[in-house]
Amino acid sequence: MRVLLVDDETEFVTTLAERLSFRGFKVDYAIRTIDALALAEKNEYDLAVLDMKMPGTSGLELKGLLEKIQKDMKFIFLTGHGSEADYVAGSSASACYLVKPVKIETLIAKMHEAVKA
Amino acid sequence: MSLLNHFKPAFWQKSELSTGPFRQMFNFRRIWKIAVLATSLVTLIPLIFITSIDYNYTQKSIESENLLRTLRIGSNARRSISFFLSERLSALTFVVRENHIENLTRPEKLDSILTNLRASFNGFVDLGVIDQNGVQINYVGPYSLEGKDYSSQEWFKEIQGRGFYISEVFLGFRNVPHLIIAVKYTMPDGSFYVLRSALDTTRFNELLSGLELSGRGDAFLINHGGVIQTPTLYHNQVFEKIPYAVPEYSEHTEIREERNKAGENLIICSAYIPDSPYILIIVKEKDELMKPWRDTRFILIGFLIISMTVILVVILGFSTYMVNSMYLLDQRRLSSLHQVEYSNKLASIGRLAAGVAHEINNPLAIINEKAGLIKDIFTYTDTCPQNSRIIDLIDSVLASVERCGKITKRLLGFARHIDSAIENVQLGNIISEVLGFLNKEAEYRNISVNIDLADNLPEFQSDRGKLQQIFLNIINNAFSAMSVGGRLEIKVQREGENEVVATITDNGCGMSDTDLGKIFEPFFSTKTKIGGTGLGLSITYGLIQELGGKIHVTSRLGEGTTFTITLPLQPPHPVKRDS
Repeated sequence: MRVLLVDDETEFVTTLAERLSFRGFKVDYAIRTIDALALAEKNEYDLAVLDMKMPGTSGLELKGLLEKIQKDMKFIFLTGHGSEADYVAGSSASACYLVKPVKIETLIAKMHEAVKA
Repeated sequence: MSLLNHFKPAFWQKSELSTGPFRQMFNFRRIWKIAVLATSLVTLIPLIFITSIDYNYTQKSIESENLLRTLRIGSNARRSISFFLSERLSALTFVVRENHIENLTRPEKLDSILTNLRASFNGFVDLGVIDQNGVQINYVGPYSLEGKDYSSQEWFKEIQGRGFYISEVFLGFRNVPHLIIAVKYTMPDGSFYVLRSALDTTRFNELLSGLELSGRGDAFLINHGGVIQTPTLYHNQVFEKIPYAVPEYSEHTEIREERNKAGENLIICSAYIPDSPYILIIVKEKDELMKPWRDTRFILIGFLIISMTVILVVILGFSTYMVNSMYLLDQRRLSSLHQVEYSNKLASIGRLAAGVAHEINNPLAIINEKAGLIKDIFTYTDTCPQNSRIIDLIDSVLASVERCGKITKRLLGFARHIDSAIENVQLGNIISEVLGFLNKEAEYRNISVNIDLADNLPEFQSDRGKLQQIFLNIINNAFSAMSVGGRLEIKVQREGENEVVATITDNGCGMSDTDLGKIFEPFFSTKTKIGGTGLGLSITYGLIQELGGKIHVTSRLGEGTTFTITLPLQPPHPVKRDS
């Protein structure tokens, strides 16, 4: 499974990418929206794990942009924020919504669920 | 005292908040006092004033009526007596003018005249002819008075000047009260003679006793010296002096008020009888005459008292009702203000919690991933040899991160549901979430919490945020009421097809019956000294009502309290508004 991680927290996204790699996932990561779009242009991903709030662009906006590039890409929102608006928006955007911190096993289970759906 | 408290309106029983952001708009006791006083004065003063005027007017009117009636009776009696005397004088005058002296000196003729006079005018006792020397030359009557010489008597001298004479009442030879009337006739040669007759006073007495004098009224004649001439009912005997002053001469009938020796108020009517030595006296007791007034007065005063009582009762009742309604409205306003403030506070707490949770979640996530990576390095690579102590330490870090994550997620979950929204809820889960906030307190205070959830509990449509607030308030209260080692029992079961019932029982300090009756009232608190606002259960009550549910509480002082919350499985229909 090829996964795109997008989060402005570099420490978080690099570590998570490495851990997923240990578990056999092909992982790319980006800490800026523009980098994420560039990666999507270049590679084909099964799934993207997006932060809800990033400088400049929200996770929902990025999802829309990525969907334009790759129509079949699945999404998981992984965020430290849990506001009502985020929760409603994230849950209703045909995506899974997880709040940090999350166990790697839980994340992987959700990733598989999302890809199968 | 307690009975009085029972009737005291709510605004009177409560202490008033006169300062602070949630002060009452009005001083209700003062408003009530002003309302009662002002309306009482405006209604009662005119009533008392009018009644007072009516009282005096009626009294004066009855007094005046009594005086006038007595005066009228006196005036009529005066005319009757005057007429009686003048009629008999005229009869004698007619006799002396119609008959020659020779006829009058014949006994049989005089007797015939007396018989005719008696037939025409009652009261004539005898008849006598007296010559100018004062000697009675002819006499017919029951006594033998012929030849009697009257020349030395006062009346004979008086008649020579006036031409007629009416005597006072006297006993005379017969020892029977009677009076004398006499007329003088002057012949052409200048000589004269007198026709004299004794009149029985019985007719006088009949005249006076026939007057319509109510009660202890009395009518009699006196002479100008105040000596009683005819029998009286309640005064002295004939020929005794009257116990009052002799009225001054007046051509008219007069009336005056006088107090007798017994202290009784009397109305005395007097009238001088013209051309006679008599004064008519009518005496009435004023108190007796005023009896109808006293009856009227009792009715008037009774009416006034009843009217004032009714007015005061209505004023008190209506003022109390109005001021109490104002008070309840103001209480509702204050309660709404508090509720808004409470909601705002909760929303602020929610936003703060969400912000804190977000800020903490990101570093927590980094810790989580870094620790996880270390473990992965030990697990998935050969770089580092397996070290079970390090793996244990990393697992401990990961467990702590997971624990922190649960706390922040719970905070986020609580904040997320503050705003009102109907969604599918499972009551057991909500209670568990709420207890999640209180687990540590329960642990520290050694409070055991037992949850009994029925198997057939359905998910149902309700407002998660409101349910959280409801159970948080009630379980918080239960925790406050319990001491160390307390026990909290929570039981949730389905009731019928459409309801679910949650029962929360603690073994805390409980409440008295008096407190129990006020527990849902705004601002009622048994914890004011330790910072209670008295709004928690009031707001809880309001929230349950908004959800279409019911709340019931039972408590025994020193034993504990049970709250029973019944919730509908369908949310209440919103009120339709006209567009």
